[in-house]
Amino acid sequence: MKVFRYSQARSIEGAVRAGATGTFLAGGTTLVDLMKLDVLQPPAVVDINGLPLDRVETLPGGGVRIGALVRNSDLANHEAVKTNYAVLSEALLSGASPQLRNMATTGGNLLQKTRCYYYRDTNYACNKRQPGSGCAALDGFNRIHAVLGGSDRCVATHPSDMAVAMMALEATVHVQGPKGERAIALDQFYLVPGNTPDRENVLLPGELITHVTLAALAGGTRSRYIKLRDRAQYEFALASAAVAVSMSGRRIQRVRIAFGGVGTKPWRSREAEYALEGHDAGTENFRRAADAAMADAKPLKYNGFKIELAKRALVRTLEETTQAA
Amino acid sequence: MSTSIIGAAVTRVDGPLKVTGKAAYALDHPLENVAWGVPVASTVGNAKIVGIDLSTAERMPGVLAVLHHGNTEPLFRPAGQWEHSRASEARPPFEDDNVYYYGQYVALVVANTFEQAKAAADAVKVQYSAQKPSVSFDDGPIPERPRVHYTRGDADQAFESAPVKVDETYEIPVETHNPMEMHATIAVWDGDKVTLYETTQGVMNHQQVMSEMLGIPLERILVISPFQGSGFGGKLFPWPHSLLAAVGAKKVNRPVKVQVPRSLMFTTVGHRPMTRQHMRIGATQDGKLVSIQHDVIQPTSMVDTYVEACTGVTTMLYSCDNVAAQQTLVERNLGTPTPMRGPGIVPGLFPLESAMDELAIRLNMDPLELRLKNYAEQDESFNPARPWSSKHLRECYEVGAAKFGWSKRTPQVGSMKNGTEILGWGMATATWHAGRGAATVRVRLNADGTARATCATQDIGTGTYTVFAQIVSEKTGIPIDKIDVVLGRSSLPPGPTSGGSTVTATVSPAISQAAQGAVDRVIAAAQSIPGSPFHPNNLPEGDPVKLLMTAGRIHAAGKPPESGVPFGEILTAGKLAALENEARTAPDPAKEHDFSAHSFGAQFIEVAWDPGIARLRVSRALTVIDAGRIINHRTGRNQILGAVVMGIGMAMFEETIYDPRNAKPLNNNFADYLVATNADIPELDCIFVEYPDLQLNEYGARGIGEIGLAGVAPALTMAVHHATGVRVRRLPVRIEELMGSTRLTA
Repeated sequence: MKVFRYSQARSIEGAVRAGATGTFLAGGTTLVDLMKLDVLQPPAVVDINGLPLDRVETLPGGGVRIGALVRNSDLANHEAVKTNYAVLSEALLSGASPQLRNMATTGGNLLQKTRCYYYRDTNYACNKRQPGSGCAALDGFNRIHAVLGGSDRCVATHPSDMAVAMMALEATVHVQGPKGERAIALDQFYLVPGNTPDRENVLLPGELITHVTLAALAGGTRSRYIKLRDRAQYEFALASAAVAVSMSGRRIQRVRIAFGGVGTKPWRSREAEYALEGHDAGTENFRRAADAAMADAKPLKYNGFKIELAKRALVRTLEETTQAA
Repeated sequence: MSTSIIGAAVTRVDGPLKVTGKAAYALDHPLENVAWGVPVASTVGNAKIVGIDLSTAERMPGVLAVLHHGNTEPLFRPAGQWEHSRASEARPPFEDDNVYYYGQYVALVVANTFEQAKAAADAVKVQYSAQKPSVSFDDGPIPERPRVHYTRGDADQAFESAPVKVDETYEIPVETHNPMEMHATIAVWDGDKVTLYETTQGVMNHQQVMSEMLGIPLERILVISPFQGSGFGGKLFPWPHSLLAAVGAKKVNRPVKVQVPRSLMFTTVGHRPMTRQHMRIGATQDGKLVSIQHDVIQPTSMVDTYVEACTGVTTMLYSCDNVAAQQTLVERNLGTPTPMRGPGIVPGLFPLESAMDELAIRLNMDPLELRLKNYAEQDESFNPARPWSSKHLRECYEVGAAKFGWSKRTPQVGSMKNGTEILGWGMATATWHAGRGAATVRVRLNADGTARATCATQDIGTGTYTVFAQIVSEKTGIPIDKIDVVLGRSSLPPGPTSGGSTVTATVSPAISQAAQGAVDRVIAAAQSIPGSPFHPNNLPEGDPVKLLMTAGRIHAAGKPPESGVPFGEILTAGKLAALENEARTAPDPAKEHDFSAHSFGAQFIEVAWDPGIARLRVSRALTVIDAGRIINHRTGRNQILGAVVMGIGMAMFEETIYDPRNAKPLNNNFADYLVATNADIPELDCIFVEYPDLQLNEYGARGIGEIGLAGVAPALTMAVHHATGVRVRRLPVRIEELMGSTRLTA
């Protein structure tokens, strides 16, 4: 760990000012871990835990506004979230461990760093950590790496479960920066690695996530998150699927689908959505949608099974959300 | 107090200390003026050190010293001169400029605080001239001569002519112990004497090895290890960090703490070595084994010879006239392997019991029936065969099968369903050799009515403190809460290393004899001390009467304990603080060849396979154990169930994954190295069939620390095959293999 300046922000404006040359500290579950490993070496750390961003508010006309500092445990167990956005509650509870969820925040989780073995060890080449140094995962042990959205510079997965659920809920990220506030659709928030895997999202220097908002879902929408992995708890997804679907009889009226564990970012699949909307619920159609979702998947040496695993995760999630109540 | 304390479900006497945080683990001992040592470990697996740049590190705040091979007096190699003295890694740290494995210590930074030492350790720049390391079986030469060779009959010929055969190769990856308490040492010098606060499974062996490697007489070394956050075998024999602490403390003339960080727990303190095991079994059409051949290839390190004795179990588990077994070692750029819970037998049972299942399928025979068909009525590994000291494996099979419902199993793959899930049932035999060694125990009976038992063994979390208290209580009738047990200190009467599931069998006779001897001394005092009510002068007849000690009271034989007096009153009458006795017991060498002593058991496991989402879970596990008399049913059950959890981890999760480019274990942390979580474990059950093994000791108790792990992995992979049709011959079971893909390894 390198020497760094530490300050506590007393206001959002103050945080934004200090954040221009530093890194925000919320739950610390990623940042502190990676600072200990020297993977992240911020010259300054701005502790934002004192900011009034720790509430979940229900909005007039439905929907919720989630403060960036709301802890994962609190969000998962919030009544409105459990009732209206089951997929989000399930995704949060499938992530990490109870201890980590008690610390990890909504804003921090959106910015969670990859668990790539090679990113986490400064002795390896890693374009995400040190642009231009190479990628040790490409010819390394890449069983946990991405099959969607990778490039010849980086194939690291985005590790969040929460963000996958929010992708299916079409969340909006609200940020405040040196030039004021802006709202970013979560779908537009993340970047694929391309030639610049160090740039993971569209945030500009100093911009602070203040809230995430979720719009009200159409009446009768059902949602679910299924996460598949080697063990039952405390492991990142090998493949996961988030679904929010509303039906008219057996016909799928509207569906939003996202995958975790397989993409370099939380992976919204419009291909799967197109394949389903207007069609009847049924395993054959689900399978067709899953094939569409994974049509562009590119397996690496060790992770080819993730393609089929993700398909099965989606099919099961659709089966469970569309079966007769 | 009656004898019912033996076998009762007694809560741990050290439990309150542990749950209140008062139990002092290695680094918890409060000491003044302690400095921290943080090791610098190699980041390559096969190299020469060509330079160490300390220019930044040495000038950093709080740094007291930076030690490395270029500036440190060489230490010594362990002499290995005593039967039971053993170091894990014979090469002392900083011996020369060679790097043999990733994670080898190349320097030690000592500083005022942990943070200062860590920061400076990160700033030490080591230049290597590195070569590609060899880490896997095929990554280098395989010698032609085996290290271990066993043969009876003509296994080759019998296999060739056998009508039914299994010929398969099985692999187990490196598994890493990962006890909760990481290895650690505090070294404190006082003149030419050193005290080492340790977390070790053997305080006496540690003292001996430190004497040899530091080059100082035994009596100048005190090893203290009252509690361990477990060891699983990884703490049996000293590792180099203990020497680093001693050398660092000497250098800076202050106590020095060294803790092995979790990442180095994967490289520098041993592991269960990977094994490739070729198993050939031949049988008649009706299922009688005619040939077993077991060939093992196993890597050891470049610096030590460690044999994982996988083939031992093959020679004794089943009746078979023709058996051949051999083990070949290959040298690879990995740290030295070391025993991990159930060494040899646990990895050896995976291919043996898996092949038995594959044979049962080929024979269209129930796998339990196949085992009964080849039941070993005596230990055929000896010539002539030896009778068992006590064997009730048949009953384990029967009790387990009845409780599990084995007769309802339909053998066709995928034939047992539960909703969307397919159930798979598997079973396997468990065994572990029942050892016993020498121990000396001192028992002291105090005038205040309390007792104290001492021995230089240790409780690694298994319940040894409680066993001591139970046996002292049984012999004296003193309640357990008035018995102080002191272990974990090398200056106490010589006791055994906590390894091989032998401590209970070893110490029980010594505790019993020492306690009885102390009781006899109190009785003698009661008859000779003038103030004692049992002095002949104080008896109406004037004749001595036969005395007993029951419920802590001295009383006349044939009369109730209430008729006598508390034993402390006798001592007080004689102005004695205490009376004590020391006893050394050891197995009788003359009887050593009369019997073969093993524990046995049967594992039954059910898995639930959900093919729609490729999800496998263990849904039931039952273990039936024949381990002689169980001294403490609570801690005994805990040992078995904990081992089954570990076995589920071995079968389904555990694998240390090495990067072939630099020999780094890629998953060297608790997030990436998977062990079973609570959510992975169903309700477990364990049954003891209790037949005291009186050939072993007076209580008939055999050790139970390891047998619970034996047979879990093959029972589980058999259940997986039954559910999925996929035969997993390389652990752990992985999703991709169950989905029909070929599984690639790093």
